[in-house]
Amino acid sequence: MAVGRDGFVSQASLLRLHHRFRALDRNKKGYLSRMDLQQIGALAVNPLGDRIIESFFPDGSQRVDFPGFVRVLAHFRPVEDEDTETQDPKKPEPLNSRRNKLHYAFQLYDLDRDGKISRHEMLQVLRLMVGVQVTEEQLENIADRTVQEADEDGDGAVSFVEFTKSLEKMDVEQKMSIRILK
Amino acid sequence: MFLLLPFDSLIVNLLGISLTVLFTLLLVFIIVPAIFGVSFGIRKLYMKTLLKIFAWATLRMERGAKEKNHQLYKPYTNGIIAKDPTSLEEEIKEIRRSGSSKALDNTPEFELSDIFYFCRKGMETIMDDEVTKRFSAEELESWNLLSRTNYNFQYISLRLTVLWGLGVLIRYCFLLPLRIALAFTGISLLVVGTTVVGYLPNGRFKEFMSKHVHLMCYRICVRALTAIITYHDRENRPRNGGICVANHTSPIDVIILASDGYYAMVGQVHGGLMGVIQRAMVKACPHVWFERSEVKDRHLVAKRLTEHVQDKSKLPILIFPEGTCINNTSVMMFKKGSFEIGATVYPVAIKYDPQFGDAFWNSSKYGMVTYLLRMMTSWAIVCSVWYLPPMTREADEDAVQFANRVKSAIARQGGLVDLLCLPGHLDSAHLWVGMTCY
Repeated sequence: MAVGRDGFVSQASLLRLHHRFRALDRNKKGYLSRMDLQQIGALAVNPLGDRIIESFFPDGSQRVDFPGFVRVLAHFRPVEDEDTETQDPKKPEPLNSRRNKLHYAFQLYDLDRDGKISRHEMLQVLRLMVGVQVTEEQLENIADRTVQEADEDGDGAVSFVEFTKSLEKMDVEQKMSIRILK
Repeated sequence: MFLLLPFDSLIVNLLGISLTVLFTLLLVFIIVPAIFGVSFGIRKLYMKTLLKIFAWATLRMERGAKEKNHQLYKPYTNGIIAKDPTSLEEEIKEIRRSGSSKALDNTPEFELSDIFYFCRKGMETIMDDEVTKRFSAEELESWNLLSRTNYNFQYISLRLTVLWGLGVLIRYCFLLPLRIALAFTGISLLVVGTTVVGYLPNGRFKEFMSKHVHLMCYRICVRALTAIITYHDRENRPRNGGICVANHTSPIDVIILASDGYYAMVGQVHGGLMGVIQRAMVKACPHVWFERSEVKDRHLVAKRLTEHVQDKSKLPILIFPEGTCINNTSVMMFKKGSFEIGATVYPVAIKYDPQFGDAFWNSSKYGMVTYLLRMMTSWAIVCSVWYLPPMTREADEDAVQFANRVKSAIARQGGLVDLLCLPGHLDSAHLWVGMTCY
């Protein structure tokens, strides 16, 4: 995937992200390890912090270089109007499309990457995000209900299509976008 | 050779006199105040003078940079992304509150889309968070005449270079030997003093002597590092039967805290010099030292700590994070264990001012000795210590929630943005794991 001028992030933003990459890379290794990201304090208090960090290291890799770093961050680029107009059918879908944003969120749920959010995976995420003041029984009820509401084909798990459908009214583009200052 | 003799003895005499003068000065101005816990205010005066010199140096650099059209300050000091000003914690509360008001029976609600919020917040902090931003932006706002902090050192003017050279001379040839001498004195006094006190019969006199020997030696060590410490809220200082938990920023945290209070240390038994110090200290008052094998046994650790804490005559525990980064498990157990045993926790926030000397220890870059040498060749270590009001575990909290509560209190006081090394980090199983250890 090309990250560049006509790719997924603008030139000016790339420069800022590169500064950021260098600042995070404390030992000047040229790549980031899990520990570098774990040092970010505000990320540590985020319930999904660990999963977000994992999303930078696909396929069991231990290092993320700058292109890889940008590739993940590119999911959060705001959707500009011109992106949807000049959609060239031959080019791959940009990383910050609605579908790809949803897919990124889906992968935060689907840890074993089997393409479905099982009840067990839903429960795990619930525990992380809500779990502190709630009993296990309540958690299981909420998990069951959430899966049931989204599950259409009755297989007890939420596939990506079902996930997308249940969120079709949600303004995903706005919620999953970060604007980089000029 | 005969001609040299009288000359020789003159040199020897001069040397002898100057050494005596030096040692007398040392004694009067440094060691005696340390014994009694008073201060002449020399260090504060020193700090003020240094600040004036730094301000002058920065002005020169700015002027010089303008003349040559260099870019002196790193850009992007205002942040990379457009963010909401509220903190993550506040927003989480807001979401939970609005969610639960929808439900009739007060159960918390959850939507599939809740994940978006945390996802975005997480990404935002990866792109731009206060700590890392501050860390790199602080590099050149004001130069403190240490070339190690000035990464863009350019030749600006002769006067500045001379000043820098003078600074190097003073730091390495005057301050460093002085500090090493003080450190040596402090440590040997500690070992000798505590051993001697150990021979006294148990009783109030022994307690009194032990307390003062400990305090005196830590104060000497504080002076050895030229640490200028400001204590806030001293009425909240830890009391017997409590546990003192502090954010661990650098290895010298222990010296800074122990010079203001009388604590029982907890840690792993070491070999070498540390081991000698540990064995001597435990003769004077009951510190809690664990053997390497005992450290792995969580229940033993918890049991010993509980026993110590329940004995009201024993001192408040100062948890002394232990082990190299390989031994991460022992740090985890100490920290988690200290919240499980149900004693009163006295949180302490320590914040370093990096302007005079960077106390942050990058353990992968420098070893302990190099780190200490860097400390001793900086101008000073300036820090603030806040004693927070004591906290106890509530009935409906578990150890982890309690740990979080304490951690947020410390972070809020120290200003999470300004802590170079944060107190801990929640992994996916919500355990508190110690950070940079040694």
